Amino acid sequence: MAKHHVTTTVNGDPVEYLCESEQTLLDCLRDELDLIGAKEGCSSGDCGACSVLIDGRLVCSCLVLGVEAEGKEVETIEGMAQGDELHPLQRKFLEHAALQCGICTPGVLIAAKALLAKNPDPTETQVRYWLAGNLCRCTGYDKIVRAVMDAAAEMRGA
Amino acid sequence: MQERVKKPQFDVVGTRPVRPDGVDKVTGRAKYGADLKMAGQLVGKVLRSPHAHARIKSIDVSKALALPGVKAVVTAEDFPGQPSEFIPAGEGVVNYRDMTSNVMARAKVLYEGHAVAAVAALNEKTALAALDAIKVEYEVLPHVIDEMEAIKPGAPILHEDMITTGVTPAPTKASNIAKRVEFVLGDAAKGFGEADLIVEREFKTKAVHQGYIEPHACLASASEDGSAELWVTTQGHWVVRAYCAKLLGWEIGKIRVTSSEIGGGFGGKTVVYLEPLALALSKKTRRPVKMVMSREEVFKASGPTSGGTVKVKMGVKKDGRITAAEAEITLQAGAFQGSPVQPACMCAFANYDLENVKVVGYDVVSNRPKVAAYRAPGGPISTYGVESVVDEIAEKLGMCPIELRLKNAAKEGTRAAYGPKFGPVGLIECLEAAKESDHWKAPLGPNQGRGLAAGFWFNIGGETTVSLQLNEDGTLTLMAGTPDIGGLRASLCMMAAEELKMDVSKIRPIIADTSSLGYNFLTGGSRSTFSSGMATVEAARSIVKQACGRAAKLWDIPEEAVTFEDGMIRPAGENAGKHKPMSLSDIAKVAGKTGGAIVGYAAISAQGAAPSFGVHIADTEVDPGTGKVTVTRYTAIQDAGKAIHPSYVEGQYQGGAVQGIGWALNEEYIYGADGKLQNAGFLDYRVPVASDLPMIDTIIIEVPNPRHPYGVRGIGETPIVPPMAAIGASVRRASGVRFFELPMSPPKVLKAMKAAGKA
Ligand code: FES
Ligand code: FES
Repeated sequence: MAKHHVTTTVNGDPVEYLCESEQTLLDCLRDELDLIGAKEGCSSGDCGACSVLIDGRLVCSCLVLGVEAEGKEVETIEGMAQGDELHPLQRKFLEHAALQCGICTPGVLIAAKALLAKNPDPTETQVRYWLAGNLCRCTGYDKIVRAVMDAAAEMRGA
Repeated sequence: MQERVKKPQFDVVGTRPVRPDGVDKVTGRAKYGADLKMAGQLVGKVLRSPHAHARIKSIDVSKALALPGVKAVVTAEDFPGQPSEFIPAGEGVVNYRDMTSNVMARAKVLYEGHAVAAVAALNEKTALAALDAIKVEYEVLPHVIDEMEAIKPGAPILHEDMITTGVTPAPTKASNIAKRVEFVLGDAAKGFGEADLIVEREFKTKAVHQGYIEPHACLASASEDGSAELWVTTQGHWVVRAYCAKLLGWEIGKIRVTSSEIGGGFGGKTVVYLEPLALALSKKTRRPVKMVMSREEVFKASGPTSGGTVKVKMGVKKDGRITAAEAEITLQAGAFQGSPVQPACMCAFANYDLENVKVVGYDVVSNRPKVAAYRAPGGPISTYGVESVVDEIAEKLGMCPIELRLKNAAKEGTRAAYGPKFGPVGLIECLEAAKESDHWKAPLGPNQGRGLAAGFWFNIGGETTVSLQLNEDGTLTLMAGTPDIGGLRASLCMMAAEELKMDVSKIRPIIADTSSLGYNFLTGGSRSTFSSGMATVEAARSIVKQACGRAAKLWDIPEEAVTFEDGMIRPAGENAGKHKPMSLSDIAKVAGKTGGAIVGYAAISAQGAAPSFGVHIADTEVDPGTGKVTVTRYTAIQDAGKAIHPSYVEGQYQGGAVQGIGWALNEEYIYGADGKLQNAGFLDYRVPVASDLPMIDTIIIEVPNPRHPYGVRGIGETPIVPPMAAIGASVRRASGVRFFELPMSPPKVLKAMKAAGKA
């Protein structure tokens, strides 16, 4: 079967790609658009390493088809920093050493950004439950949770 | 806290700068195993055994090769046979016959997921179709999964030529017991005779996976001229190079291996699976071949660590002094021998200063994936049993578990049952810190309990090479060869900056490929900050010496008359004459005119690695209605020797503790009667998630290692050793029931509580 032609927006840029019916959005981002920031840890929606935003909604891009991005706004880790300016979450992750190997980090950052957009002042428990879909095998989550809370405080101007 | 060595004050070491590889990792720029692409690359896929144990009668690849877009197929025939010999490799040994039979099954498949063939095709779809088109005829054989079943007479035998070693006289019949090991100190029988109380228990732990989030991945490109390049996620690219060269019969010098950023390893990325297949496929096709495991493949075909059976017997006097200790440890090796039974035995009683010890271990094969190292391989399994018994002794004697341990703790001069005498070690300091901690004194709520356990790991040094280049503008480039999994580059730059008295941000590190630097053993055995740190310090001191030499030349005075102080190169004293001090930058600018580039190079075999002891405190709450155990508070205390970057030391303590919590409460390989793994995914193999956990408090103890320039001990592995027993002890107090089996998952806990009338 011929490939599908998809027109969409990724990190504010208009993009087009060709994909197979069964190709996931994760594969399209990585293989067709060379955006390798989203990672594949499981391809079954269990690890969150592939997290991206579609029209502001947090999704596992391994569970979304490439064709579903048609006409949508997709945001990936590559769009998080603005020029030389890191997003406060990115900065706080570095300051708090909230990553070790870093493979989970793009997904965790995207998920945390989605949380703070919804709830600028989350409790520790809210952060923990929101991030429960993002596995990190290295850190034990302590420093991740602290970094998210600290970034939230800074973004609130607290 | 008692100080054994006066702590010097440092400018950089002990601070918390942002890591040099950090920005790339928060912006998605960092490239991991699956993130590289080459023009014209093919997709490689592996056909895996659906059976736990079967003879391969025939493999017909003709239909697969006939498919359009399929470029090559490899099977065991493409890899030369290897003799069986055991080669020391860091904390373990390797056997190339087993290694080649594991990466590609020969004659028999020995576990579900065992590789049988691999294909390279234009795209993934075609590669998968090719796997379907390969015809394998199997003769299914009876299988055995459990280690205690596998050692029974009449159990299905995996290897017809496996004769147990370490037993005299040698058995005449093959069995699944690869070897027996024994460690003896004093006279255990005599010690038990002196005991007032003897506790004897049997424990069972399940196989658990390292659970790195990044699956195994590589990209191989073999040229017509016999050279090859390999990009791979690994803990040791020199080791990968050696293994691939051996399995393929290629020259080492023709293979260039680059380690990608690595998305977690924990010991599991110290071996090869896809790499030799990708190289072989690339050689056949003369195109780059990329291979990435699925999560299911990671679970089924890459190393978990052993499950095992641990019998422990300990005798004590009424006053708490341990008089004798005995253990028998039987560990699963998976399909090929080589479980971590030796370190499990060596760790078993390492926490204690004992006179009479006997430990016996058995390495047992069964129809499971071959185990790979997992953080302190073997240590957590034996320690779980021993520390649980120590807790029960404390309870029976009515003693505080800390006091009991303080009475028996290993210290400087203690002879470990496995041979050596300890130098300065920090177990007593960790126990004292636990006793003084807020956590230990905090009140508990209903259905809550508190437990504590200690743990030990040896740590290693080994072959290490570092190169440090002074650039023309006075900045530095540091090349290390031990892959950086959790902040190594930061620590190395900090040690170099400390030596050179310069701003750490002026030093840019890379992990060099195998053709750019001398040999480096892998990142494992908690060796990378210790060993590469030692080499970095040597390289930095060489830069200082060379820079002083250049100044001597410029000033026309003898080299001995030049000194490096406060970051400046100065004439040493009045007699050396009046010369304006020069910075390293000043020297760098004139390097070309004074003798050429200034490069510090250290190729060492790092000696003097020192063990690290830790003590963990766990609070749990047990729901009497469901049996669910929740960790409500946790503190990890450990001797780091010296924490170069304390945040990353804390991170190791926290991460190791949480892996241990998973091992204690959720994680296990579950097999069906058909010998197939039933939970090969993150949904059913449940690693801890953020909402399962509290904050993990840490206390860093620093009893410096006298054999390292900054006092560093390895710290990465010890944190996974104490958690299971600490949680077991805590659950005992929370639920009233003592458990002897992991994981303490809700159905098991509820059942035991009901049986004991506690639920
Ligand atoms: S790769 Fe999508 S959730 Fe794991
Ligand atoms: S930092 Fe390694 S998985 Fe999170």
